[in-house]
Amino acid sequence: MIDALQAIVLIPIIAIVGIFIALLFKGIDRILAARMQARIGPPLSQPFIDVKKLFMKENIVPKNAVKWIFGMMPVVALTASIAVLFYIPLFGFKPLLDGYGDAILVIYLFAIPSLAMVLGGFASSSRYATIGAQREMVTMLSYEFPLAISIIAIAWLVSSTTACSPAFSLGAISIWALVGPLGILGLILLFLVMLFVMPGEVGAIPFDSPEAETEIGGGVLTEYSGRNLGLFYISASVKTIAFAAFIVALFFPGNISNTLFLTGIGAILADALFFLVKIFIIVFIGSTFIRVAIARFRITQVVKVYWGYASFMALFGLLLIAIDLMGVV
Amino acid sequence: MSLKDLNRSLWVFHVNSGSCNGCDIEIVASLTPRYDIERFGMKLVGTPRHADVLLVTGPVTRDMEKKLKRVFEQTPDPKVVMVIGNCGSTGGVFYESYNLAGPVDQVIPVDVYVTGCPPRPEAIIEGVVKAWTKIEKQGEKK
Ligand code: SF4
Repeated sequence: MIDALQAIVLIPIIAIVGIFIALLFKGIDRILAARMQARIGPPLSQPFIDVKKLFMKENIVPKNAVKWIFGMMPVVALTASIAVLFYIPLFGFKPLLDGYGDAILVIYLFAIPSLAMVLGGFASSSRYATIGAQREMVTMLSYEFPLAISIIAIAWLVSSTTACSPAFSLGAISIWALVGPLGILGLILLFLVMLFVMPGEVGAIPFDSPEAETEIGGGVLTEYSGRNLGLFYISASVKTIAFAAFIVALFFPGNISNTLFLTGIGAILADALFFLVKIFIIVFIGSTFIRVAIARFRITQVVKVYWGYASFMALFGLLLIAIDLMGVV
Repeated sequence: MSLKDLNRSLWVFHVNSGSCNGCDIEIVASLTPRYDIERFGMKLVGTPRHADVLLVTGPVTRDMEKKLKRVFEQTPDPKVVMVIGNCGSTGGVFYESYNLAGPVDQVIPVDVYVTGCPPRPEAIIEGVVKAWTKIEKQGEKK
């Protein structure tokens, strides 16, 4: 728990650092994707240039749009994405609002940017945006289910094996030590499900049918231009690293400094670096690699993949953990 | 707001105003690994609202005249219009056809012409560089 003054100082710092790292990772992601396609790719600073340009451009609000919703939603999306960062352990530190929120809250916060996009899309009165918004809703309904199963499985595991707290706080305990071999298998399945939910959650390619620019011209974002588009752009990048940090906090908490026998400033630096490496690996597998490897799913396939395969895997993982905990075998 | 900030991050929207699809294929070819215009921060986008550059191919048939104007108006400022191909620049093989409302510069203001039937991807990339220099000069004037 921290006092209000500290929070007021730290919140803008975390927001700015978060946006910076998010855009940096987006640059790395674009370069790596290009290299995998045997291209050279844009410079590392490309996302920064894009954002700067978007903020310089004219900001058009369509005549038939519901103006206040249309204009407010980008801000809501960005705020929610950044708010997630306050509840997740970053750089090896405890979360800023530690004790005020848990994993369940984080799931809800993750849903807000998508909801904001849906509302903004409907408010913009474009037919393309309406189709995109409907698809975004369907995608959300699809991935929330396997995601919820995974989180609840872990939350249940933690609350039934440790006495620390009824509410499940992030990053406090390493879950791998709590279970036997069967449970570890279950946790691996849940981890894979989370990785698979990640591209849907951040709107990356196999699951980007809400924004499919080749069929519905940009989908939910069709009518957005200039500053509003820039805000959505930043929000999506921040959400990517926030989700990666969330996975890291659930499955791979823990720092490296104790293992390396470092103290003081060295320990802090080592932990921060270790954290960035972990996030990078998650972003690479969950977003970049899947994005290059698979083409876009149709919206019907998105539902099938998430409700069918991913949910089945998550339930199976939950079952394995349950068997392990109850000591049946 | 100055035009100079568009530099190095040009998002491109492609308008086909009645082309034979030759030029369009060459535009797509310049995205491929061999030419890779993403190196210069360029990106094809799906809607004029996101675009900084309109790539117009084709000689503007009567049917497309109003639509081309609308797309031009839908693009947020500052923007650049590039014409790809002989058709759009002069009318090309359709010169003085009864069915044309264009070439493109009769309908909307054009900044850069890339000629060829169709132009090679190298020519398109050169056109982009010309657009940059033009943008920079306009930026200096302001
Ligand atoms: S310039 Fe040539 S290739 Fe291009 S649209 Fe016209 S006829 Fe086709």
